[in-house]
Amino acid sequence: MAATLEGLERDDLVRPATGADAVDGVPAELVAEPASVEEASRVLAAASRAAKKVVVVGNGSKLGLGNPPERVDLILRTRRMDRVLEHAAGDLVVKVEAGARLADLQAAVAPAGQWLALDPPEAGATVGGVVAANASGPRRLRYGTVRDLIIGITVVLADGTVAHAGGKVVKNVAGYDLSKLFCGSLGTLGLIAEATFRLHPRPEAAAAVTLQVERPEQAGEAVRRLLRSTLVPSAIELTWYGRSGRLTVVIEGIRPGVEAQAAAAARLLGELGQTEVLGPGATEVALSQLDASPWEKAEVGIKVAVPPAELPGALTDLQAGWLGHGRVAAHAGTGVLRVGLAGPDLGSADQVEAFVGVVAKARAALAARQGTLVVAEAPPALKRVVDAWGPPGDADELMRRVKRQFDPDRQMSPGRFVGGI
Amino acid sequence: MDRDALIQRFTDAVGAHGVISERNQLRTYECDGLANFRVVPSVVVLPETSEQVRSVVRACHEAGVPFVARGSGTGLSGGALPVADGVLVVLARMRSIVEVDLDNQRAVVEPGVLNLQVSKAVAGDGFYYAPDPSSQQVCSIGGNVAENSGGAHCLKYGFTTNHVTGLEVVLPDGELVHLGGKAPDPPGYDLLGAFVGSEGTLGIATRITLRLLRKPEAVRTLMAAFEGTDHAGDAVSRIIGAGIVPAAIEMMDALAMEAAEAAVHVHYPEGAGAVLIVELDGPEAEVQHQFAEVERLCQEAGSTTIQIAADDEQRALFWKGRKSAFAAVGRISPDYYVQDGVIPRTALPEVLRRIAELAGERGLRVANVFHAGDGNLHPLVLYDGDVEGQEERAEELAAEILYACLEHGGSITGEHGVGFDKKQYMPKQFGADDLEVMQLLRCAFDPEGRCNPGKVFPTPRLCGEAPGPRRVHPVERAGLAEVF
Repeated sequence: MAATLEGLERDDLVRPATGADAVDGVPAELVAEPASVEEASRVLAAASRAAKKVVVVGNGSKLGLGNPPERVDLILRTRRMDRVLEHAAGDLVVKVEAGARLADLQAAVAPAGQWLALDPPEAGATVGGVVAANASGPRRLRYGTVRDLIIGITVVLADGTVAHAGGKVVKNVAGYDLSKLFCGSLGTLGLIAEATFRLHPRPEAAAAVTLQVERPEQAGEAVRRLLRSTLVPSAIELTWYGRSGRLTVVIEGIRPGVEAQAAAAARLLGELGQTEVLGPGATEVALSQLDASPWEKAEVGIKVAVPPAELPGALTDLQAGWLGHGRVAAHAGTGVLRVGLAGPDLGSADQVEAFVGVVAKARAALAARQGTLVVAEAPPALKRVVDAWGPPGDADELMRRVKRQFDPDRQMSPGRFVGGI
Repeated sequence: MDRDALIQRFTDAVGAHGVISERNQLRTYECDGLANFRVVPSVVVLPETSEQVRSVVRACHEAGVPFVARGSGTGLSGGALPVADGVLVVLARMRSIVEVDLDNQRAVVEPGVLNLQVSKAVAGDGFYYAPDPSSQQVCSIGGNVAENSGGAHCLKYGFTTNHVTGLEVVLPDGELVHLGGKAPDPPGYDLLGAFVGSEGTLGIATRITLRLLRKPEAVRTLMAAFEGTDHAGDAVSRIIGAGIVPAAIEMMDALAMEAAEAAVHVHYPEGAGAVLIVELDGPEAEVQHQFAEVERLCQEAGSTTIQIAADDEQRALFWKGRKSAFAAVGRISPDYYVQDGVIPRTALPEVLRRIAELAGERGLRVANVFHAGDGNLHPLVLYDGDVEGQEERAEELAAEILYACLEHGGSITGEHGVGFDKKQYMPKQFGADDLEVMQLLRCAFDPEGRCNPGKVFPTPRLCGEAPGPRRVHPVERAGLAEVF
């Protein structure tokens, strides 16, 4: 097949896709790698005229998220749009192109003693991917998620229209907050081309306090006490091994403050079980482990979100059936649990059906706790039979109306999102 | 449906005591906190439940009548300015705190609940609600949601949008939807994030889930006086540059101090050209250490005197001076206009000089009270409406100040909203395509443009999405809107 997209003046923006470009097992036809917002706009406009379905990909680290696309004609890769456009250190603001890797952004602002307070587990993730997938990590407890840190955005709609919202000042209520609308929209409203964020000072010291837990309720009580205290941990993480686990409290800030808080946390948790204040070396090791994803590519990854007090209940729900064999890593202070299942055997239709049943049952149990379950990663064979997102709720039709306004011809990642959007 | 029939429907829905239709009584609602604009609504309705709000909105929808939601009416951009021949839906009677859930750090409230009422309800348990607009004693949470209200402490803790996790919304067609809840990361578009700060143009929030924060272990506040705003601005840069994130950094210039002194007797240092109020909060050891650093940095920047709040009472006095400054300006000027603009913090000294220059050119005085930590300026343009031409010059000056903010990469509003007042400035900050794309969201929520029409955007967009022959929209026929 010829690698052309009609109406695109420069052919070198497009190449034929290979098998490696498939999304959830759905093969693509063409790949475009624009190097600027203008080029991205031209590519999308041409794709729109040719009625091509487009999937935007950063570094592909979260390509497993979402339902398989209905069709993929064109993959738009953002990795050549990788510039850090502006770092206003005195204003604690950074503006980048979407294809810039989060790690490169962090490296660019680190000399000023600053960082973008996002620590998602996926290595190599691009900033655009982090925004589009609403990726987060342990420190969301203290700093919030992408939506809390993004202050401006440039998007390109399916027809090539380039639009901006927000700006480069931290405080700004002029116009609708489209930055937030695009957070977690998974490429279904348009391309996220540039983003501007507020930065935070990089903490100078860290300490970790651990608690061995034997029962889900014990973990729940520990979290409850920490959240009711005046401590300000950066993260409260739980690693759960099926019958017992370890809670890790991360304290960051200036050295004297960190020491005092770590001691206070140890006192608070000491009433509940065996605690340990980790030394600097052990803290570093513990932190690097917390940053890791509990699942690998092609494994099954489940993300559960509940109100934080429902943590013990959610752990119990997840121990039922197949999910009980998984590794659980939870952002316990915020109510986000992640379960990784190594290489499920999908040899028989029965096993696939059993998996679908387990997910449905867990969703029903979690719904009673006002929680949700998302299948964040799974082999294509499973994703074809299980809805990645679960029921969309009563805002379903409103979300569809938003989609119709932004992408009336359903060109952007059709079928990937909630409710088949 | 004529007016009488509509009134009858409202009366059926909320009872006669919840419907106001007498011209004299209607005038109470002709403006919000921005009194420059006044429009008497056709009818005022005061529903008491979500279901009643739905009935009222559905009636408006069926009758094709526009409506405007209003909380306490303290907004400063005319966001709750009624529409002539339209309905004003006042949420002030929906004032219940429905649920306090401390284990999940959440409170569920009705839209008419006052901002401070939330903090008061949970103070005994050591919690509070962080966003603290200066009007917090009287402004409503529903209004805060509409405006994405800020306050002095949002430098560290963020704005309303960072503290709302769930909403029940009556859409402009009367449908009820739930966005978010108590759990994090609900799958789907972040319509909650899009709704907060949409200035009443996407629907009416009837139930709001708020994030509660634990009160900090320690709070320390100082007031540092400087020769002028340049030195005070330098101190702000040094504090931020040192990696300190104070809970608040507020600045007042000489004129603002003069006004506040007359009103609440804070005892600002004699002859000071500017003061900074810096507040740190958090764990004791951290606050103690960083507070000493802030003191040192203020001295290095040339602070003439530093007062440290000895107790909660003195801290409250520092804040009273700051929070009453807008109203206090009424003591030194017959009329004044409150401006709200944002600049990158590092441009502070330059923009303040520019404002002084612009004021000088027009022979007017400007008092500056603002959130220095995040570059949110509140220049108060003083004038006398009885002196011919002064009001016009004041308006011009207020506009010039906004242009200066935009020249430095800032925004036309940091917390007061665009509303009716500033919609003509939107094209200065955003391009035509930007505004078009924003309005796509409006079209998804409110395709007929009946929910708080005439606000935020200078030109309404017609939301023709249905395929087939294009029908002429009544607004277009009347020549009020262009077709895009």
